[in-house]
Amino acid sequence: MADGHKLEIFRGLVKFKSNTQKIWGVLAFLTLITAVEVVLGIIKPESLTDTYVLGMKLINWIFIILTLVKAYYIAWDFMHLRDEKSALRRAIVWTPIFLVIYLTFILLVEADYIYNVYKDGFVSWNF
Amino acid sequence: MNSTVTTGTETSVWGGGNQPLGASYGKMMMWFFLVSDALTFSGFLAAYGFSRFKFIETWPIADEVFTHVPLFHGNYPMIYVAFMTFILIMSSVTMVLAVDAGHKMKKNAVTWYMFATVIGGIIFVGSQAWEWGTFIKGDFGALETKGGRILQFVKADTGERAALSDFAASIPGDRTVHERKNGIWFYQEPALTSVSLEEVVKGFKADSNILIRTEVINEEGEKTLLDRKASLAKLAEATQVVEGANLIHNEYGSRLFADFFFFITGFHGFHVFSGVVINIIIFFNVILGTYERRGHYEMVEKVGLYWHFVDLVWVFVFTFFYLV
Repeated sequence: MADGHKLEIFRGLVKFKSNTQKIWGVLAFLTLITAVEVVLGIIKPESLTDTYVLGMKLINWIFIILTLVKAYYIAWDFMHLRDEKSALRRAIVWTPIFLVIYLTFILLVEADYIYNVYKDGFVSWNF
Repeated sequence: MNSTVTTGTETSVWGGGNQPLGASYGKMMMWFFLVSDALTFSGFLAAYGFSRFKFIETWPIADEVFTHVPLFHGNYPMIYVAFMTFILIMSSVTMVLAVDAGHKMKKNAVTWYMFATVIGGIIFVGSQAWEWGTFIKGDFGALETKGGRILQFVKADTGERAALSDFAASIPGDRTVHERKNGIWFYQEPALTSVSLEEVVKGFKADSNILIRTEVINEEGEKTLLDRKASLAKLAEATQVVEGANLIHNEYGSRLFADFFFFITGFHGFHVFSGVVINIIIFFNVILGTYERRGHYEMVEKVGLYWHFVDLVWVFVFTFFYLV
């Protein structure tokens, strides 16, 4: 393991000389993403908040995608999944992803239904 | 003679000795624990999404709730949470550097990196405690209606939020907290709010510059502001004063928001706390030379996995609680 680190990120676009260097490189990247998120969250440009893509505001898509990118680099480089065997990696990654997508889908659809019941049904709650 | 002899590798396979995943027992179990823990957090966040979608038109806007930074007055949404996020990522980095130094068997470097990681964790937990304190203490105060909805107050000329103490009238009275020792022993009540409902209503009627803001989010993505006439009508529905937040009342809006805030950040904060404790144990083991004698620092890596996981969860909490 000691020298078994894979040192390139961005599909080989950036290759680091040592593992330590890679860690700092990934930190810089993660900090940059967080900074972008915070700036977008404070400014909230109207072009992003008024545009809807697949029923969700474009800015929220950006936030979620940036989060997944961050999660990828934390798991791959800090938790060194990049250096693990692919079987272990897949067992760890795909199990939660599958279950979370399933759960989120079920719960959000159900919640939207309840929202409509509250809105259109004869239920008074906002008084 | 050698008809029953098997090769070394075969014996090891037959005896359960092969390692298709190339990970030690401890590390694999840590990963399996993290997967199940990830599902627990996903359950929390999905439940948060459920409640939010259910009340999508009246959900509090996080930017208006978390606006404080220690030692600074004013309105700074996001800044403090961003700082906390950075602290946690930074301590993840020192952790991964400790693992890296462990591979090279550099005891001193591992010690210092573990120390830095613990410090980062303590700063994060402290920040979270401060954030909880601010949230519980409350900001401006609000009224709650019979249906449990929250009415907040805004100054008409500036558009800024108005605190209850800004306009509430003072009605002299001797209403004190009912304590067990002063009355029927099985009755007691929580601490009284700083102003009573009557004082707020009287002050509101006297000050024409104050308007009511309801929970409903309008098309511009902002809370609906009622005009003076509608405000006065709405005021009649109020039943009590709410200052701050707890599991039952919440001056920021929907009570579920406060409930999920306490549960999700609390569960995460508990993880960080236990992570700090485990890191401290490992830190002392490193100093004592336990892993030097053992010949490898894999234990640091296993703890590191847990620590990074806590960071990973925070990345999602940050997005779904504070950003989206």
